[in-house]
Amino acid sequence: MNLSQAILGVNFGNPTVLASGIMGITSASWKLMAKHGAGGITTKSLWLKEHKGHKNPTIISTEHWTLNAVGVPDAGPEKAREEVGDFLKSHPVPLIANIIADSVDNFAATAEAILPLKPDFLEVNISCPNVEDEFGKPFACSAPAAAAVTKAVKKVSGKIPVFIKLSPNVDSIAAIADACASAGADGFTVINTVGPGMAIDLRSRMPILANKVGGLSGPGIKPIAVKCVADVYGVTKGKLPIIGTGGIYTGEDALEIMLAGASLVGIGTAVGDRGMEVFSKICEEMQLWCTNEGVDEISSLVGGMHRELASRSGPQKKNRTIPIL
Amino acid sequence: MSSIPLQSRLPKTYRIKDVKQETEMVRTFTFDGSLGARPGQFLMLWLPGIDEKPFSVAFDDGAETKVTFFAVGPMSEALAQCSVGDLVGLRGPFGTSYEWKPGQHIALVAGGYGAAPMYFVAAETVHHGCTLEVFVGARSKEHLLYLEELESLPHVSLHVSTNDGSMGFKGFNVQQLEKMLEVCQKGGKGKKVKADIDPIDQVFACGPEMMLKAVSELTAKYKIPSQLSLERYMKCGYGLCGNCVVDPLGIRLCTEGPVVKNDACIKIEEFGKYHRDALGKKHEF
Repeated sequence: MNLSQAILGVNFGNPTVLASGIMGITSASWKLMAKHGAGGITTKSLWLKEHKGHKNPTIISTEHWTLNAVGVPDAGPEKAREEVGDFLKSHPVPLIANIIADSVDNFAATAEAILPLKPDFLEVNISCPNVEDEFGKPFACSAPAAAAVTKAVKKVSGKIPVFIKLSPNVDSIAAIADACASAGADGFTVINTVGPGMAIDLRSRMPILANKVGGLSGPGIKPIAVKCVADVYGVTKGKLPIIGTGGIYTGEDALEIMLAGASLVGIGTAVGDRGMEVFSKICEEMQLWCTNEGVDEISSLVGGMHRELASRSGPQKKNRTIPIL
Repeated sequence: MSSIPLQSRLPKTYRIKDVKQETEMVRTFTFDGSLGARPGQFLMLWLPGIDEKPFSVAFDDGAETKVTFFAVGPMSEALAQCSVGDLVGLRGPFGTSYEWKPGQHIALVAGGYGAAPMYFVAAETVHHGCTLEVFVGARSKEHLLYLEELESLPHVSLHVSTNDGSMGFKGFNVQQLEKMLEVCQKGGKGKKVKADIDPIDQVFACGPEMMLKAVSELTAKYKIPSQLSLERYMKCGYGLCGNCVVDPLGIRLCTEGPVVKNDACIKIEEFGKYHRDALGKKHEF
């Protein structure tokens, strides 16, 4: 059973990818995630200049949900050069550099600062839900704004594929994805966190997160992620690769989001619950399921739900009979 | 799914039951309730509207939780303003704890407010028939902590040191530890000289990083196992955000630490050299 795939010319040993923002600050932790089976890793969002995050509490959770408002802290490109440079010396798995900015021009400038480091993919974070006080609504909430960022980054990105990280917190993620695809996006990461949400301490009557609100993640958001991936795959007719992210905890979760259209599967919150070994555990679970079901190539499952629906809708329509009342 | 109870990842506010002024800058808060902490573990303390930071557990007897802190930054200074009845959020316990076998002869090395968690270790280990050599060090007499509590425990020999010599040995607690390890080694198995003291089975240390570095080197030299409590900037506390990972191992000090066995400590290249801030930027010690 083969878990490996080539995505836009980059070889991934398995579909699991460390999602941005999790264990993503140093080369040492990226290497450790690769050692624990991650097929690829994504950096925490990189800024053009040093950017302070929010005060603690920044991450809280229960058995049902995780809320985070870390506020995208980053020390700037010099640190990125050091850490990414160190990782790419051994390059155990593909590296996806995630970038963030406060304006269309700065997205392009950040891309220009990071691209010389030669990441395998560039992931453009236009969808962080917990810096709204600072920057207003995310670019991912407007098709023209999302397209403008895509176009600006694509103008400078050369041969390095550009993935746009989309928000589920929109009326139509398909419309946003369609606009980005027309602007030249090479792929999508679907989805960023949901909400934002809020948690209040009863006794102090205070919101617990210092930022008051934060992005929702964890196993409960998986159905939203699966639906969003299906929408993006549908509108792009399966032509652009998708990194499906959101509530993926098990091998079966990973296979489900692949059937919706994801080629790669982002793993984030699950690291806190199943440990760093979550990558190898998910791979083992995928292997087991596929072997039992006679699936030889993991790539054969990508978008499988769409093909199944299409195959059923054709004959069913033809054979439809008028019920006799 | 996880070894950490998930409920502990959301802060719950407790009212401060008691405040004890330990020294001019150090206070101990008692909270009415237990989170089931083991010696060496930490809690995230949240002061609503201010900040949340990790603190070592100074005591947890299954009924009450104590935290001893030094008012050193904006968060702990705000905490120092709190009084009995005020609300503080607690989340945890997180991380590894000290490990021992019943009946062991253990040296505890406590620097500054590291004495608080070391008292918790001492109280638990003596229950298991361990005998302890406790090396408590501070800048000067007025900064020494938990001496009375440690003295009240059975099977504890207390060795006090101050940098200025205002109480006990003048110098560092690690110098006293070295003298003892030398004596023990002379009287080791197969040696003609019988030492006055039984060999030390292992060394536990909590305190400033440069003290820990010295304990690490010393115990490696004498080939005695040691467990050291390391500290880095923390956010989630349960192994998700990666802010407390150390170079070049990439291990998380909130999960694979804070208590790290010296076999691993000596592989941490940044140990005693630098640490990272909330942005991931390096700062030298």
